[in-house]
Amino acid sequence: MLDSPKSSKSSALSAKDSVKKLKIKEETKAKGSAKGKRKQLGKKDEEVDISMASMGHPEIFPLVFTGKTQEILNCRINEDITEEKPYKLLKKEDIIQDMKTRAAVSDFHPVKKIVLEYPGEELLIVLDSEFKYGQNFYLVATEEAKESFLNPPEAEEEEADTKEGTTEEYVYKPPVRKPWVSLGSEKEIEEESVNESLRKIKYMISRVRREFGSKVKFTDRNASSVKDGYIECTSYQDKNFIIKKLEKDVGAQVIPKVKEMSTQTKWTYPRNAATQYFPREFSDEEKELCLSSEDLKEFIISVFLRVEIALQQNEIMNAFFDDWKALAEDESTFGGKSDAYLKEYQSFTDLHYLKHRTVSCVCWHPTIYGIIAVSVTERLSYEERIAQSGKLLLRKSPILFWSFSDPIHPQLMLECPEDVYCFEFCPSDPNIIAGGCMNGQVVLWDISEYEEKLQNAKTGAGGSKNTAVNMPTFIQAQQSGKEPHFVRYCAVSSIEYGHKTVITDIHWLPDYFEVNRMGIAFENRIGVCVQLITCSPDCSILFWDLRAPKPTIQSSFEKAKEEKAIEAPPDVPTTFKHLDLSWRPLIKANLSKSDTSGDYSPTKISLAEEHFHYRMQDKMQYQIKPEIFGDENPYKQLRVPSAKALKILENIPTNFFVGTEDGEVIYSDWKMERESDSGRLISQKPANKYTIHDGVVRTIQRSPFFKDIILSVGGWNFAIWKEGVTSGPILQSCCSSKRYTVGHWSLSRAGVFFIGREDGNIDIWDLLEKTHEPSQTQNISISMITCIKPWIVSSKQHFLAISDNFGTLHILEISWTLSHPSSNERASVDHYFEREVKHLDYFEKRQEFRAKERRELELETQRKKTRVAGGQKSREQMEEQLNINYADFLDEEKKILTGLGLLKATDRFA
Amino acid sequence: FRPCPIATVARRESRSHAGDSSCASLAMAEVEETLKRIQAHKGVIGTIVVNAEGIPIRTTLDNSTTVQYAGLLHQLTMKARSTVRDIDPQNDLTFLRIRSKKHEIMVAPDKEYLLIVIQNPCE
Repeated sequence: MLDSPKSSKSSALSAKDSVKKLKIKEETKAKGSAKGKRKQLGKKDEEVDISMASMGHPEIFPLVFTGKTQEILNCRINEDITEEKPYKLLKKEDIIQDMKTRAAVSDFHPVKKIVLEYPGEELLIVLDSEFKYGQNFYLVATEEAKESFLNPPEAEEEEADTKEGTTEEYVYKPPVRKPWVSLGSEKEIEEESVNESLRKIKYMISRVRREFGSKVKFTDRNASSVKDGYIECTSYQDKNFIIKKLEKDVGAQVIPKVKEMSTQTKWTYPRNAATQYFPREFSDEEKELCLSSEDLKEFIISVFLRVEIALQQNEIMNAFFDDWKALAEDESTFGGKSDAYLKEYQSFTDLHYLKHRTVSCVCWHPTIYGIIAVSVTERLSYEERIAQSGKLLLRKSPILFWSFSDPIHPQLMLECPEDVYCFEFCPSDPNIIAGGCMNGQVVLWDISEYEEKLQNAKTGAGGSKNTAVNMPTFIQAQQSGKEPHFVRYCAVSSIEYGHKTVITDIHWLPDYFEVNRMGIAFENRIGVCVQLITCSPDCSILFWDLRAPKPTIQSSFEKAKEEKAIEAPPDVPTTFKHLDLSWRPLIKANLSKSDTSGDYSPTKISLAEEHFHYRMQDKMQYQIKPEIFGDENPYKQLRVPSAKALKILENIPTNFFVGTEDGEVIYSDWKMERESDSGRLISQKPANKYTIHDGVVRTIQRSPFFKDIILSVGGWNFAIWKEGVTSGPILQSCCSSKRYTVGHWSLSRAGVFFIGREDGNIDIWDLLEKTHEPSQTQNISISMITCIKPWIVSSKQHFLAISDNFGTLHILEISWTLSHPSSNERASVDHYFEREVKHLDYFEKRQEFRAKERRELELETQRKKTRVAGGQKSREQMEEQLNINYADFLDEEKKILTGLGLLKATDRFA
Repeated sequence: FRPCPIATVARRESRSHAGDSSCASLAMAEVEETLKRIQAHKGVIGTIVVNAEGIPIRTTLDNSTTVQYAGLLHQLTMKARSTVRDIDPQNDLTFLRIRSKKHEIMVAPDKEYLLIVIQNPCE
């Protein structure tokens, strides 16, 4: 048993009989160790049989302790030892001492041998009060028994455990590693192992080198011809394999599992690699073959329905529509009123050039950010002007170009021959500006030379240092002195043929059509705006063509003028030199009154086709057009093309709205008619005329969202018109306390427009919110508002330029709510207008109906009157009645008499 | 939805003509007709027919776009199909719709071909 199981099992290699031997050995060993004590005890039993082996407790030896012994050993009954604590450990040496001193008298004498042979240091003496073993004490002779006596509860528990052990589950205890103790098994193993005892036999077989690989010749021969020529290989049973296995010696050994492992990260050599590939493609023939295959057809047919369903689903419902966003937007429009106001962004004024002057017109530069042009005029009444006319000749009012980067110094100034009341950038080339003068002349400017300067101005003051390097010296000089450059106009129209009074409105015709002398619209081949329309209170609307007239028309006088013009200062652009002072209008349309003689005097005009270039144009779009002409300015080489080649555009509306000095709004057509008798060209009579405004019409403008909706502002009210509705305005405001001076539609919201008042306030109308009063009013200036121009920089930045009578230009930022339409604003505004039209129709019908009703009612009362009055007829009437009655009677009588033959027809009067 | 009677009638006809020499051109015309009808839908940017290996057979787009779409969508469709089949071996992919910010790509797979349609629904 002391031999470790490991070592005993290590004899896996051992031979058969070794196990047998081992077994026997182990058995004997185990027996020996188990019965080691019994042997000893047995020996004693032979001598003195005092042990309690007979009672099953061979380790207990009853003893008698006399009182003396008890005293010596400190184990007096009921003093040192009680029944509760019956144990007492005695030192072996004490006992031996006692035996020595008292010898045979010692109570230990019978167990002398046991005490002497006892392996431990202390011996256990137990009080046997019940005399279980016959004496008052007993000695525990073995160490194990002593332990079990000293810890009786444990012993009991152990017993209980062993009793319950049968029911308890077996708990696995892993084997504990112990050092190997040699017990001689290794020798047995050595004996069992087979070692090579004989030396190995070595054979060397050699062959001559040349015989290697040499050809072998096989031949046939007779087997019997030679002795041993034939050896038979018969099958036989090998005796080696019939030994019966009687015994098998098998050994097993537990060894720890041994594993050999290694890891190695592979190092790959980094190398540059490139793969080039091209897509596999079919040739046309292969494609053809595939396409015409039955398989493909089947496939397409089977798949078609699925695809179509998917496509239609997308058409029916926009999956990308964000309901949540739409919801939020609606809320915001009705909610926050707080940020609905216009915020001051910047304001421009100039003490020198704007002194005693008022702003007449404002225009944003169509392409360059933050550039805005302002025309100024003298702030004088007609009388004052006449009084100071001599002085005014010397000080001309310019057009100023402001930039956001410099609020004090104008970037550029356009020299004007007279005060300019209106001007507009050319939609196709922002460097061409057309303006209308006080004296009725049309002026043209070409600022292409200064475009760069304006471009640079927008980069701000910080960038001016850098830009100055690249600039021509004269501009540089001006910039350093902050003195704006004066740009001379390049052409003015002839005084004789133009307007007689101030030009109040000027518009460029769109670039896709042009008109001829008859006012018929033709296609515009060049795709560049070449025609202008101006209107003036001198009762005429003029059309102007920028292109050089045919040389035959030019008179010698004009030629002379042209030559003179060439000698003009070198810095004047020669773009329109062919027009200077000789420019005549193409068409002159008059607005004659239909009922009385005389003409209407238009102040503002609105064409059906209008530009709204208030938005930052795409740079690309702008740059593409000039490319057609190369680097040269297209306006330098314009010629009137032959009219025959041009195609008539039928769908261009030639109708226009005009507002007059007397507050009328007129709807007319500019097409000329030939007078039947003389063949002279005359303009058409206005189709409709309404007198709505009680003052000069200041604004007449089409909505940027609806082509047929027109806003007119004048006097103390404004009106909204719909083209085609002839009965009147669809919306007319009530008279305000202050005069309205200007109006403009919002560019981003269909139902919003701004109206400027003479007290410096701006009314913001939102038709979707309320229509009886402005949704808000905001004070901008202390003097009259003269012009409003909105501009969209980006979707986040919308500006409103507002100028006042004192020459200040205010740039305001339009708040989010005022610039961003709600999700279906356009549709609801459209719906609102439609409703108004219906209302108007209904109103008209109702009026007719009422008139009819009233007439009927009057007739009725008349009739009633006559009937009621029958009782009290006047005397004359009574007499008349009597006469009538009498005449009737006479007739009747005559008839009867003639019928009776009593009277002949002639007799009566005979 | 628009019914497609022309297609079914034509299919019957072509079946009766199976093996005829005129069959090929007839089938081709029919394929063209069907593809044209798909192309005529609102917002359809392009249609591509791709074979089982991802090689474009017929397209309405330019070459480089077609090759890119064909290659990428073929891979994606194969992956999607194997996914569906791995989940349930008796199942198969019938249609693949890819919605993006700008447009929607629809792939109709079959044994041998793929039909790719690119649509911009909010055009």
